Amino acid sequence: MIHSPYIRKPASVQRVMGLVLLALVPGITAYALKVSAGILVNLALASLTAVAAEALMLALRKRPIAIAVTDLSAIVTAWLVALCFPPIVPWWLTMLAVLVAIIVAKHLYGGLGQNPFNPAMVAYCSMIVAYPALMSQWPAAGSLSFDTQLGLILGGARDLDGMTGATALDALRTGLRSGASSVEAVLQGSAFGFFGGRGWEWVSLGYLGGGLLLLATRIITWHMPAAFIAALSLISGTFWLFDPTRFASPLFHLASGGAMLAAFFIVTDPVSGATTPRGKLIFAAGIALIAWLIRSFGAYPEGIAFGVLLMNICVPLIDKKTQPRVFGHRRRDEGGWR
Amino acid sequence: MIGRLFKFHGGIKPDAHKHESASVAIERAPLPSRLVVPLRQSTRASARCIVEVGQKVLKGQRIGEPEGMLGTAVHAPTSGTVIDFGRYTMAHASGLETRCVVIEPDGEERWVEHAAFDAERAGRDASLAWLRDCGLVGLGGATFPSHVKLGKGSGVDTLILNGAECEPWITCDDRLMRERADGILAGARILFRLIGARELVIGIEDNKPEAIAAMRAAAQRVDDPVRIQPVPSLYPAGGEKQLIRVLTGIEIPYGKLSADYAVQCFNVGTAYAVYRAIAHGEPVLSRIVTLTGNVARPGNWEVLIGTPIDELLPLAQPKADTNRYLMGGPMMGFALPRLDVPIVKGSNCIIASSPTLLPPPPPEQPCIRCGECARACPAELQPFELYWHSRARNFGKAQEYKLFDCIECGCCAYVCPSHIPLVDYFRFAKSEIWARERDNTAADQARERFEFRNYRQEREKEEKAAKLAAKAAETRAKLATDTTAVKAEASTATAEDPKKALIAAALARAQAQKASTEVRNTEDLSAETKADIAEIEARRKALNLTAAPPPALAPKAGDPRPDEAPAVEAEGSPQS
Repeated sequence: MIHSPYIRKPASVQRVMGLVLLALVPGITAYALKVSAGILVNLALASLTAVAAEALMLALRKRPIAIAVTDLSAIVTAWLVALCFPPIVPWWLTMLAVLVAIIVAKHLYGGLGQNPFNPAMVAYCSMIVAYPALMSQWPAAGSLSFDTQLGLILGGARDLDGMTGATALDALRTGLRSGASSVEAVLQGSAFGFFGGRGWEWVSLGYLGGGLLLLATRIITWHMPAAFIAALSLISGTFWLFDPTRFASPLFHLASGGAMLAAFFIVTDPVSGATTPRGKLIFAAGIALIAWLIRSFGAYPEGIAFGVLLMNICVPLIDKKTQPRVFGHRRRDEGGWR
Repeated sequence: MIGRLFKFHGGIKPDAHKHESASVAIERAPLPSRLVVPLRQSTRASARCIVEVGQKVLKGQRIGEPEGMLGTAVHAPTSGTVIDFGRYTMAHASGLETRCVVIEPDGEERWVEHAAFDAERAGRDASLAWLRDCGLVGLGGATFPSHVKLGKGSGVDTLILNGAECEPWITCDDRLMRERADGILAGARILFRLIGARELVIGIEDNKPEAIAAMRAAAQRVDDPVRIQPVPSLYPAGGEKQLIRVLTGIEIPYGKLSADYAVQCFNVGTAYAVYRAIAHGEPVLSRIVTLTGNVARPGNWEVLIGTPIDELLPLAQPKADTNRYLMGGPMMGFALPRLDVPIVKGSNCIIASSPTLLPPPPPEQPCIRCGECARACPAELQPFELYWHSRARNFGKAQEYKLFDCIECGCCAYVCPSHIPLVDYFRFAKSEIWARERDNTAADQARERFEFRNYRQEREKEEKAAKLAAKAAETRAKLATDTTAVKAEASTATAEDPKKALIAAALARAQAQKASTEVRNTEDLSAETKADIAEIEARRKALNLTAAPPPALAPKAGDPRPDEAPAVEAEGSPQS
């Protein structure tokens, strides 16, 4: 027997995931046009792998396959994995990463809605630890022809000296560590555009536009992107003002690497993130802080993925300690706070 | 007079579906073939039947006498003959039965003698009794007795009339306000005086401009200041707690009464019924019911209490593909398990449903913790956390997350993209917790009984020991005086004394031995059983069931085991 309410808003997981994919399109377009068209191949490869892995795991777990495969959640994971990776990684690396994301990070924990860690970030972190060389070969924006990119993806000889340049974050790191040069001196290099990595600025702008779409359609709330951007700006700005020769500006941090992708699409993953309004602020700000620390002092050029996983661990505690006030109760009154 | 409005958190804006029936004037439903009038009008209150089968009754004649604190009287909705008194199924999701008086109408609608009640002269207590005897309960749905809600007559500053009617489809209050605004206002003013309020506010959702206009016009015609306050149309604005919050900014927490916060809230329909009861002496015999949904002729009907729903439905001409009927609105109502059940005082609407009009929900998918439910929850809960814990039967956690603050408005389930029937999980968790609490209460009572029994036995044991010690001391003293007396005697008299003493001593030894042999079969028993035996023996003793032991068996001074059987037997010995 069906009980009240007898009416439902026309909403579905499929619609939520579909809108996330749609919101990624501007960023992907800029990526393909300005940086590397090879990303399109990787996206397709990742999507197919994800759907196959999803169907396989559902079959093994004896769960209804059709409804879960069509909810598009696997494709969102696949796209985020592909977008985090260099666009010229060999095909098997993309596939391996997606399998890790779908099988290990998602289904071994119980499937959609049950995973404590962001699957795309689990894939990224495990691959950058396992294949650091492949994971740091980024082509300079627009430097490789599509044929060359396709060849590299399909396993062609990787004689990459002269083909790949360092990413903006990478160049800044090595530049700063190699000696006396200041941030400004490093930023004169060919890898840099107006704010961040050349070409990448447009991708970041595309992600920003897609993120605004997600905000407008209430798929995400303002808390996480705002806290992430504000915290990253605040911490980098403070150190930049303190010593501009050794620390990059907030604008550089925001426009470089995966900052915009993270702010609107990765940090905001509802399943593995904090859920209360105050919790979301703490969660996103924590990721920004860890990301900046790793970018500035750590062993890896980009630290967002590690920040996400570390903050994922804190989610139960954050949620518990930031429960909002219930109607008619005083803030932080009896119960719920043990 | 112009107060500022407050907001409540969350809320939803479903399709209102008011236009179907809102434009149709209230009509009187024809007399049904029989009326099934329940004596139980709310969960906690029932009435005592005072008519017999075969008896003729008049319209408005009392057929049920109020019982208990929350009882209200029950009346014959029309004139006719009582044809049965028994258990009938009610309009309830579980098809509960209750005792009902069944009346066959004679079609004459002959009224019992009734007259207006002079509330001013009769005073407050008599007025409340009058309302109780007129069967006045909240007509918004909860059917709580109005005379109880009117309370002590002090401490309530703001009287709110709830005309929000926020559930989709329902228009009975809308029509009542449009057509009988003066009556509602007159009832409101009676309530206002009885409750001793300082301010009267009538809250109406702003999707009912005609009702607002009618009520404003009526307010112009009375002297008392009345605030007709449109409130934003946002479900569940008509929930009592939400309306109070919107109009006054006060939040009534779970488990508290609004009167504790100097606010009281009545439905507009209740106010109109109060007016009829006081100004015309008419008890609650009918109410307005909206018939709508998948019907050819939606409308609002004045229906006698006890009218079987299956006799009412043809008035609306349900369409052929109607598959079920809902009582109440689509957000908080329920599907009627059967249709031969009566309209009661809380029945405000019946919606005919079809698979296209109110389609079954899509299959449930996993929760993705998107938080839509938390954004929609007017109680400011985290429904997905409650769902998580309820589903895992982790009821303690669910209560920590304030499960019982949930008002079951259905906003969370309405917005859920995973189509999870969240409210069902919460109802399940609540009923499980209630069941456990009942079990716990029973277990607690058993434990308390057991503990008290142990305590009592222990106390009795101690009392006996104390008594015994006192007695022993007494006997010792007596023996001492006896011995001196005997010695004194011996010094002067015969030489038989030592022999006598020897015989007595031997006799005592034999008795002691006998006594110990007697109790040997109880020696291996536990202390508790021994105590029980001792108790029983003592009782027997008291009833003279055991032969009194000879005086020589009196306990020896300083008997180390005063609590054991022989000693206890000695307790009642004639020596003491």
